Amino acid sequence: MKILVCVTSVPDTTTKITFTDNNTKLNKAGVQFITGPYDDYALARAVELKEQTGASVTVLNVGEADAEPVIRKCLAIGADDAIRVNADPVDAYFVAEQIAAIAKENSYDLILMGRESIDYNGGQVHGIVAEMLGIPSISPVMKLDISGTTAKMTREIEGGKEDLEASLPLVLGCQEPIAEWKIPNMRGIMTARTKPLKVVEPSSRETLTQVVSYELPAPRGAVKMIPADQAETLIQLLRTEAKVI
Amino acid sequence: MSVLIFVELDEGKIKKSSQEAIFYGAKVAGMMGTAATAVVLGEADSAELATAGRFGATKVLHAADPKLNETNGMAYASVVAAAAQQEGAKVIVLAKSSLADAMAARLAGKLKAGLAANVIDLPQLGDSFRVKRSIYTGKAFAETELTADTKILAIKKNTITPEETDATASVEAFSPALNEGDFGLKVTNTEKATGDVLLPEADLVVSAGRGLKGPENWAIVEDLAKALGAATACSKPVSDLDWRPHHEHVGQTGIKVSPNLYIAAGISGAIQHLAGVNSSKVIVVINKDPEAPFFKSADYGIVGDVFEVLPRLTKAVQAL
Ligand SMILES: Cc1cc2nc3c(=O)[nH]c(=O)nc-3n(C[C@H](O)[C@H](O)[C@H](O)COP(=O)(O)OP(=O)(O)OC[C@H]3O[C@@H](n4cnc5c(N)ncnc54)[C@H](O)[C@@H]3O)c2cc1C
Ligand SMILES: Cc1cc2nc3c(=O)[nH]c(=O)nc-3n(C[C@H](O)[C@H](O)[C@H](O)COP(=O)(O)OP(=O)(O)OC[C@H]3O[C@@H](n4cnc5c(N)ncnc54)[C@H](O)[C@@H]3O)c2cc1C
Repeated sequence: MKILVCVTSVPDTTTKITFTDNNTKLNKAGVQFITGPYDDYALARAVELKEQTGASVTVLNVGEADAEPVIRKCLAIGADDAIRVNADPVDAYFVAEQIAAIAKENSYDLILMGRESIDYNGGQVHGIVAEMLGIPSISPVMKLDISGTTAKMTREIEGGKEDLEASLPLVLGCQEPIAEWKIPNMRGIMTARTKPLKVVEPSSRETLTQVVSYELPAPRGAVKMIPADQAETLIQLLRTEAKVI
Repeated sequence: MSVLIFVELDEGKIKKSSQEAIFYGAKVAGMMGTAATAVVLGEADSAELATAGRFGATKVLHAADPKLNETNGMAYASVVAAAAQQEGAKVIVLAKSSLADAMAARLAGKLKAGLAANVIDLPQLGDSFRVKRSIYTGKAFAETELTADTKILAIKKNTITPEETDATASVEAFSPALNEGDFGLKVTNTEKATGDVLLPEADLVVSAGRGLKGPENWAIVEDLAKALGAATACSKPVSDLDWRPHHEHVGQTGIKVSPNLYIAAGISGAIQHLAGVNSSKVIVVINKDPEAPFFKSADYGIVGDVFEVLPRLTKAVQAL
């Protein structure tokens, strides 16, 4: 079985986001980049499947050279090799076209992604890629088992969950608790240095969206504190002042 | 050349978020000098569908094939694509949800459409078509130009407040040929809470964290939620510990909510938690620690013990 795991390189979840160049660029100064947390779940499950079934795991990122530390970390966690499509990932459709082109070349049985990126929160790349490949997509997947060419999955739905079965190949958007996040060990870090990381140029350039400018949310006003022994006042304020109940 | 709105039902009724989407779509249609058409999939009551008119749709296309009763993003995308083609729709509007997300992504691939997720405002039309979307899990906004011929706007909850009229929409049967290949997924079991307010749909949310000490103490959270008609939510450790089901987990790696009121009890306010709730209109924080970071992001705060404060609030709501 061949598994492709698509990963993003995104600002750490604790980052305070700011912009530069007249609000047209993310201010990367001091920002720590990490693997998307959902992508980390996808990778962790892929590595478990590799350990159970001997599957191969390839990691793919569409991004510039500064994403390589994140890719190396994925190799250290247990992926066998990696591909980086050398381009600024400025649009979901563009990213999907790159992933679909690589998938067509290599025919993977399973393409695992995160449920959504934590930078642009689109939740769409898996669906677009699957559509381009003409195969099913399922998201968000919180449990995945493979027997032969059948995948058994649990997907979260609003207010509950659903068990599903489908035949490979599939594209899945993953979330917890599909697997536990994995931390690379020393041996993993050492072997990752020599694992193959292939850099390829994009196969197309077309984009369908373009960011014009960024902006930060207006700060909230000062908090109004209510003494605990007058907690009932809160309900009055929510009704008469905030008008939300 | 109408604006097409993908409308979802829950327990036979048009979802609240879909009512917002219809109202939003009708506004966009107005800006573009065209009409708003809703599309509904699966068996449904026509009288209910006609209520789409109250929010501004002039017509509802109803694809009533029972095969579409099962919510299937792939099959739904094919039907919505056919509806867009029939109507000549270049703008498709939907409210974000797990089904709508799955449908919209496939639709974007099919129609080669520019998809903007988490749209929080009406578009700016002129030489270009621009929308504002929420990014970095609510930490920023991106003014985005959609350059594709067809545009899909997935709106975030509370983007617009619908105003109702007493108009009704005409309901038309819509029966495109279904594609066998879209039905390859077999659903073997569904577990869904019934009767509760769905968290992503809720106007009011009562959420609790590790400060509640254990799952056996959730009655005080549920009582307040019930008195308010609110949904319940929780922090990540609470769902990790299995105190509450995973679909209640809010935050950066959970459900993102933007209700009118978010009450956080016994939650410290970690940045990853805030990311999923910071676009709520009003935030109330109850915590025994006056230094809890969440107070910095709150509109109202009570420093106190949740075990005393929550029951008092419930009583006060019941007395309204
Ligand atoms: C410096 C920088 C600038 C960026 N600027 C923009 C911008 O201007 N506009 C914009 O829309 N996006 C931008 N992004 C990119 C964004 O992270 C995504 O790669 C892409 O836009 C898809 O976003 P999405 O939120 O729709 O992805 P989603 O659909 O939410 O992603 C779902 C899953 O798809 C996979 N995936 C997504 N992107 C990639 C990728 N690049 N490589 C491999 N797998 C991937 C992951 O598994 C992810 O979990 C930028 C990223 C960086 C690092
Ligand atoms: C990559 C990543 C992603 C994450 N994603 C999420 C996410 O999506 N959602 C999320 O919630 N977290 C997320 N987290 C975890 C986050 O960092 C915090 O650990 C978590 O939010 C803390 O949950 P909590 O507030 O319930 O618990 P704690 O931080 O333990 O806080 C408990 C609070 O309860 C108060 N308290 C205790 N007893 C009482 C009492 N009797 N009365 C009143 N107050 C009391 C305490 O003062 C304290 O402030 C993520 C972390 C990482 C690293």
